[in-house]
Amino acid sequence: MKFGVETMIVGIGAFLALLAVAFAQDKAFESHMWVLFFVLLCAAVVLLRRSSFTTAGAVSADADTSGYFDEVIKYGVVATVAWGIVGFLVGVIVASQLAFPDLNIEPWFNFGRVRPLHTSAVVFAFGGNALIATSLYVVQRTTRARLFGGNLAWFVFWGYQLFIVMAATGYLLGITESREYAEPEWYVDIWLTIVWVAYLVVFMGTLIRRKEPHIYVANWFYLAFIITIAMLHVVNNLSMPVSFLGAKSYSAFSGVQDALTQWWYGHNAVGFFLTAGFLGMMYYFIPKQVGRPVYSYRLSIIHFWALIFLYIWAGPHHLHYTALPDWAQTLGMAFSIMLWMPSWGGMINGLMTLSGAWDKIRTDPIVRMMVISVAFYGMSTFEGPVMSIKAVNSLSHYTDWTIGHVHSGALGWVGMITFGAVYFLVPKLWHRERLYSLRMINWHFWLATLGIVVYAAVMWVAGIQQGLMWREYDDQGFLVYSFAETVAAMRPYYILRTVGGLLYLAGGLVMGFNVLMTILGHVREETPIPGSQPVMQPAQ
Amino acid sequence: MSILDKHHIIEKNASYLLIGSLLVVSIGGIVEITPLFYLENTIEKVEGMRPYTPLELKGRDIYVREGCYACHSQMIRPFRDEVERYGPYSLAAESMYDHPFQWGSKRTGPDLARVGARYSNEWHVQHLIEPRSVVPESVMPSYSFLLNEELTGNLMEEHLRANVAVGVPYDEAMLENAKADLFAQADPDADTSGLEERYPKAVLGDFDGDPARLTEMDALVAYLQMLGTLVDFSSYDPTSGYR
Repeated sequence: MKFGVETMIVGIGAFLALLAVAFAQDKAFESHMWVLFFVLLCAAVVLLRRSSFTTAGAVSADADTSGYFDEVIKYGVVATVAWGIVGFLVGVIVASQLAFPDLNIEPWFNFGRVRPLHTSAVVFAFGGNALIATSLYVVQRTTRARLFGGNLAWFVFWGYQLFIVMAATGYLLGITESREYAEPEWYVDIWLTIVWVAYLVVFMGTLIRRKEPHIYVANWFYLAFIITIAMLHVVNNLSMPVSFLGAKSYSAFSGVQDALTQWWYGHNAVGFFLTAGFLGMMYYFIPKQVGRPVYSYRLSIIHFWALIFLYIWAGPHHLHYTALPDWAQTLGMAFSIMLWMPSWGGMINGLMTLSGAWDKIRTDPIVRMMVISVAFYGMSTFEGPVMSIKAVNSLSHYTDWTIGHVHSGALGWVGMITFGAVYFLVPKLWHRERLYSLRMINWHFWLATLGIVVYAAVMWVAGIQQGLMWREYDDQGFLVYSFAETVAAMRPYYILRTVGGLLYLAGGLVMGFNVLMTILGHVREETPIPGSQPVMQPAQ
Repeated sequence: MSILDKHHIIEKNASYLLIGSLLVVSIGGIVEITPLFYLENTIEKVEGMRPYTPLELKGRDIYVREGCYACHSQMIRPFRDEVERYGPYSLAAESMYDHPFQWGSKRTGPDLARVGARYSNEWHVQHLIEPRSVVPESVMPSYSFLLNEELTGNLMEEHLRANVAVGVPYDEAMLENAKADLFAQADPDADTSGLEERYPKAVLGDFDGDPARLTEMDALVAYLQMLGTLVDFSSYDPTSGYR
């Protein structure tokens, strides 16, 4: 029986979840275990149905003959697109809640519970699936080896989806550590650790069995991302559960130590999850789509080591002028400014790969998507060091400027490079001649770009205005604005920001449709993009 | 021969690459974070800090559960406008028993580091039930459901013990009386002499307007009412805090 052991393990898991429901020490944990039980029950049923259709050893008709393990990557791409749309949608919802507070539905859909759902959905569900799927694709192609560990890759994929579901439902149930981007509680953290180690084993194992003597640069970044996230996740989530069958835990560190540990983690979730991993993506998909080699090998060496070394130090810039000792703040600021250089090293290497093929920006919408992504990367890695300067930070901190900065990086860099990679991968993985529609990529491109521009510009104005209003004094030396007045002043910006988010979401939906139609095997009748096809020569 | 030419050694060995990356990314954290655990001047010497009472701890757990940090900071920076708006700038000592810290990173709403004793209990309850009835400009969600969630005191001692395990100095008397203290703090008729001795400056009395029941509203308001009130600033020497 195919999947026999797997079905049994999932079934036992479901039973254990049911036991946990029965013996739960608090209501939140009980509800959470019900969720786990139903998820595992559905999984067991699906596995059982599958096993009845295929006999062991039988080769299915559409088996891949390339020797690469691509089935799991197909799932990963679909998950990336689906979670992306969910994440953008929840983003629009939380943005609307700030503009129209009556949209809060207590207790489950209050802003404080839905906001981590948005951040985790885009960072870990959308970004994480994109990273896992592309890294497993890239590592096979660049090592000419099949994925190590066989079905372990399936465990990584489904284990990670389970992590996402447990984290997301936990937030809505009020199960959270309330430490930014590390909100899941202790038992969900332990699960992620197991999945992550399996991911490292699959990736590292594939590298070791490679048939290419050199390890390609994209894999350096993916490897550094995987190992660093493992380190950050384990250290930052050290905590003491109140009870073995309860949801609540208390962080191992307190106050100032907890703050710096958390931002050491938080900033490097940006630095390694959202940067190093996606640079790995850039180093494979841009050269492939453009058809040119990476611009500079030496630059890639220097900027790789400089980037991973410097990023780790930058955490304290989230704690300027707080009770964190000044020496740590200054150190964090100095390294944040230095970080500008290796960041731009990556940008230069990405952009200059187009040398001799710049015309493709005009003719190939996928290249256009990738190029604007790298441009946004350059923009936000310049803005970041500026905001880490203490004088600037004194104004920008606690305001919506920070939110705008994060989004120009996340929507611009992370989002766009992922869209580019998805558009590259889908026809290849499903063996289609081309995507359903290239013109719809163009629509996606402009909707997303316009959305980001609206969002970032509005948040700049909002943040700077907010910061200035807080510190505005009149001639007599009194504060001019009450806090409530500064909240009221934000309203138009919050509405406009929602519009920006809606545009970006619309782009995501266009992508979802395009990808779906491609997978279903449709090809849209459309006029080719000018210049994208060789001009026909008249017959002799 | 440049050092870059030797890079091919690492490029051809996945283990070197893995170990090399791990070493390089470890340095920053070790240099920045470890000293905070042993440098004695990291946390200022102040008078008045004590662990949270059981009711305050419950309130803090609710603050954490609802993700209040997403909109409220608890960290007043040493600027004229912030000190005039919120009170004396925050000290590291004031969050020394906070597992986790809740300094926050965004002020959609105001800083709460010293919100304690600024408003009445009735104001807080009304504000949590319907924020816009007291602050028309507010965009805060309603938290009226807290009134319906009764506290049972279940696992209260275990909550304190978990805090002890991560370094909060709850003593034996505090552990033993955890559940009793939880109920006593919000009960106007209770004998609170032991509670007051164990937790100086604890704010006593009914918080949610219904003395008969102990609700999550009691706990959250009790927590808000003590925020930033513990440290005695008259005995604090700011120059000792330079580091």
